[in-house]
Amino acid sequence: MQLRILKDKILSKLMLVLTLASVSLLLIIGIGLYLHSAPIIEKSSWGTLVTSSVWKPLRGLFGFFPFIMGTLWVTGIAIIIALPLCLLTALFITEYAQGGLKRILVPFVNLLSGIPPVIFGVWGVLFIIPLIQNHIAPHFVEFSTGYSVLAGGIVLAVMIFPLIVSIVSEVLNTIPQELKDASLSLGANKWETIKKVILRKALPGIIAAVVLAVSRAFGETIAVLMVCGNNAVVPHSVFDAGYPLPALIANNYGEMLSIPLYDSALMFAALLLFIIILLFNIISRVILSRLERKLAS
Amino acid sequence: MTQTPHISVQHLNVHIGNQHILNDININIPDKKVTSIIGPSGCGKTTLLKSFNRLLDNTPGVKITGKVLVDGEDIYDPKAEVTHIRKKMGLLSQRPYPLPMSIYDNIAYGPRIHGIKKKQVLDQLVEEQLKATGLWNEVKDRLNASASRLSIGQQQRLCLARGLAVNPEIILGDESTSALDPVSTSIIEDLFISLKEKYSIVLVTHILRQARRVSDYIIFVYGGKVIEFGPTEEVLLNPKEELTREYVKGYIS
Amino acid sequence: MKLRKTEEVFFKILMILAAVIVCGSFFLIVGTIFAKGIPYMSLDMLTKTPGGGFYIGKEGGILNAIIGSLYVAGGATILGLFISVPVAIFINIYINGKKFLSDSLRVAFDVLFGIPSIVYGAFGFLIMVYFGFRASLLGGIIAVTLLVIPILVRTLDEVIRTVPRELGDAALSLGATRWEMAKVVLRQIKPGIFTAILLSFGRAIGDVASVLFTAGFSDNIPTSLHEPAATLPLAIFFQLSSPVEEVQGRGYASALILTIIVLIITVLSEILIKKFSKHKS
Repeated sequence: MQLRILKDKILSKLMLVLTLASVSLLLIIGIGLYLHSAPIIEKSSWGTLVTSSVWKPLRGLFGFFPFIMGTLWVTGIAIIIALPLCLLTALFITEYAQGGLKRILVPFVNLLSGIPPVIFGVWGVLFIIPLIQNHIAPHFVEFSTGYSVLAGGIVLAVMIFPLIVSIVSEVLNTIPQELKDASLSLGANKWETIKKVILRKALPGIIAAVVLAVSRAFGETIAVLMVCGNNAVVPHSVFDAGYPLPALIANNYGEMLSIPLYDSALMFAALLLFIIILLFNIISRVILSRLERKLAS
Repeated sequence: MTQTPHISVQHLNVHIGNQHILNDININIPDKKVTSIIGPSGCGKTTLLKSFNRLLDNTPGVKITGKVLVDGEDIYDPKAEVTHIRKKMGLLSQRPYPLPMSIYDNIAYGPRIHGIKKKQVLDQLVEEQLKATGLWNEVKDRLNASASRLSIGQQQRLCLARGLAVNPEIILGDESTSALDPVSTSIIEDLFISLKEKYSIVLVTHILRQARRVSDYIIFVYGGKVIEFGPTEEVLLNPKEELTREYVKGYIS
Repeated sequence: MKLRKTEEVFFKILMILAAVIVCGSFFLIVGTIFAKGIPYMSLDMLTKTPGGGFYIGKEGGILNAIIGSLYVAGGATILGLFISVPVAIFINIYINGKKFLSDSLRVAFDVLFGIPSIVYGAFGFLIMVYFGFRASLLGGIIAVTLLVIPILVRTLDEVIRTVPRELGDAALSLGATRWEMAKVVLRQIKPGIFTAILLSFGRAIGDVASVLFTAGFSDNIPTSLHEPAATLPLAIFFQLSSPVEEVQGRGYASALILTIIVLIITVLSEILIKKFSKHKS
């Protein structure tokens, strides 16, 4: 009798420890990355590291601006492509598609989310690169290999489809039927109801989905690395090659550690990613949980 | 009241969040009788019932003050052992929730966690409780079948048997028949009446006819307060309070 | 009046187009991989390790990477379960009454879920350097475990929340301790646990960035935790960067193998989720 209660108490402490340990991972990762990037932060400064465009590791010059811009270009293109498509798809799935069609569409979105990043990369190389090289780029520029921020953006866009569609659908599903009925019974048609009532109500949720998708796109490594060209210059058009931060880490780690400060510079890149993604995630989760609470009460 | 009370509630106040759900409850539940708690929905009757075996503890934002004495022992005493308190009371909820295991294991679950390991003892216990709830003849050939395969009415009787198997002193029923068909309902009601020989029974119900059929005493709760408490016939047929009279006549529901 | 109708029709067509593109991209990807991969598929790919000169187009297969990936993904999922099951129980059963605390923990795990695998990989590498061991199966398993813990916790948490509160109350009112109640809840969500395992395994087997610096690469099937291990996604990546056409082709075939494995896992978990939600009601 007493033994059972003791067992319960001990297990409770054990679980507490495990929970705290896994949550504190956030803190530990942050501290670990910071400590390892400290040497380079001390040598230069946050400001110069982030704004300098000179990347000459052999001379000890580490400017992250091209990589930051590479990340922003790729992410920006991905969002511009994915957002309208996903918004329309989510609206179609939640508002128009009938039972049977819904049962067909939703599993495919889930299947898409299960495909590993490297497969997206292979697909990008096999399909998107030739498409850009032979059919899209010739209309705009004289020559392109196809390996470009546009290719990275398209591949990323497809990768974040499932994320945006599922979050936006979830948000749309929480909008009460009574609200839609009220609009419909005033004589509005379905599209007007969507435009004037549903989208307005769902706006915070859509913003949260975009913020999450952005942070996901920031961190995506291998698929982007495979199609992006990886050239450490600031891109000026969508057909230029780019070199996003995660690709920088993945391409160089373990290879050039003989160069002083190089590993510290790469950890700084990881730290930068970690901080940006942490912020974005917290923002979107707070928006989403507020939304949930508001709709629950 | 002539008998010694089995549960004695003294100055019980329950807040959930910033709502005052129960307001200064003082009541004595008699031993070996059926007592029904009646009142309109949302009046706090289920909260009152759950305060008896500390199931309120898990509700987010709950604050409880006052005393609930069971056999003279305050269950909200910080030193009180909560599993021991709960074992004294069997709970029968609105819908049957059989544990995800066989019929046999459902009933043996309680005795097992309290240390009974011997197969013969368990076998005997299971048979005894199934007979007490009139299920034995219906299920004796399929004791190892999953409990979720039984009908809702059978499941509810199984849940009752499961509660009786840990040898409680008190049975708490939270609108236990609200999900059942009329036949199953009357079986459960008859069980309550026959079980009061051995147990004190407290029921929450919103069906006045049921309260009248099965209970010896009635507590009328309204707006988080006990308005009236007394023998069934008196409260229902000759209420002292204006509020009770209106509720019984059907004005408040 | 007519304009309003036209507008609705226009946007409805746009929506259908968008849905076709989004869902169709799945077929485009899988179709491309199948079309390019099948010509290079052979039994050798599945049953042999790389022979001498494999990377210039000679004999061999990628059994080393298939086994390596199964080890890493399996090891990480098992290790992850040992951590995430207690965590999910703790959040749902032990701190049930304190909503603010459990909600904050949920947000924290959501945030952990959002941390990209390259960061877990870099951090895993730091751990390895700190403890002084080299890229190995163990290193890979640790990094991937960090990656799957949030996935497992989130999925288990969602499943546990579907268990009606009254079931737990029933166990408690029989005098069960919270741990004994947790065991009843776990029994109830068995299919949900399998779903979580599949999701975690699927994510773990396909991830590159976390194993890039931690698991290493080897042409042999690892026989101990301290040997480096090849993984399927990394094998694909390496073969694809080869200039030799035959090797690139095998990269496509490897991609096909990974795609099929992952599709099977995803379909299985979809079916399980469907079944689970049916039993719930």
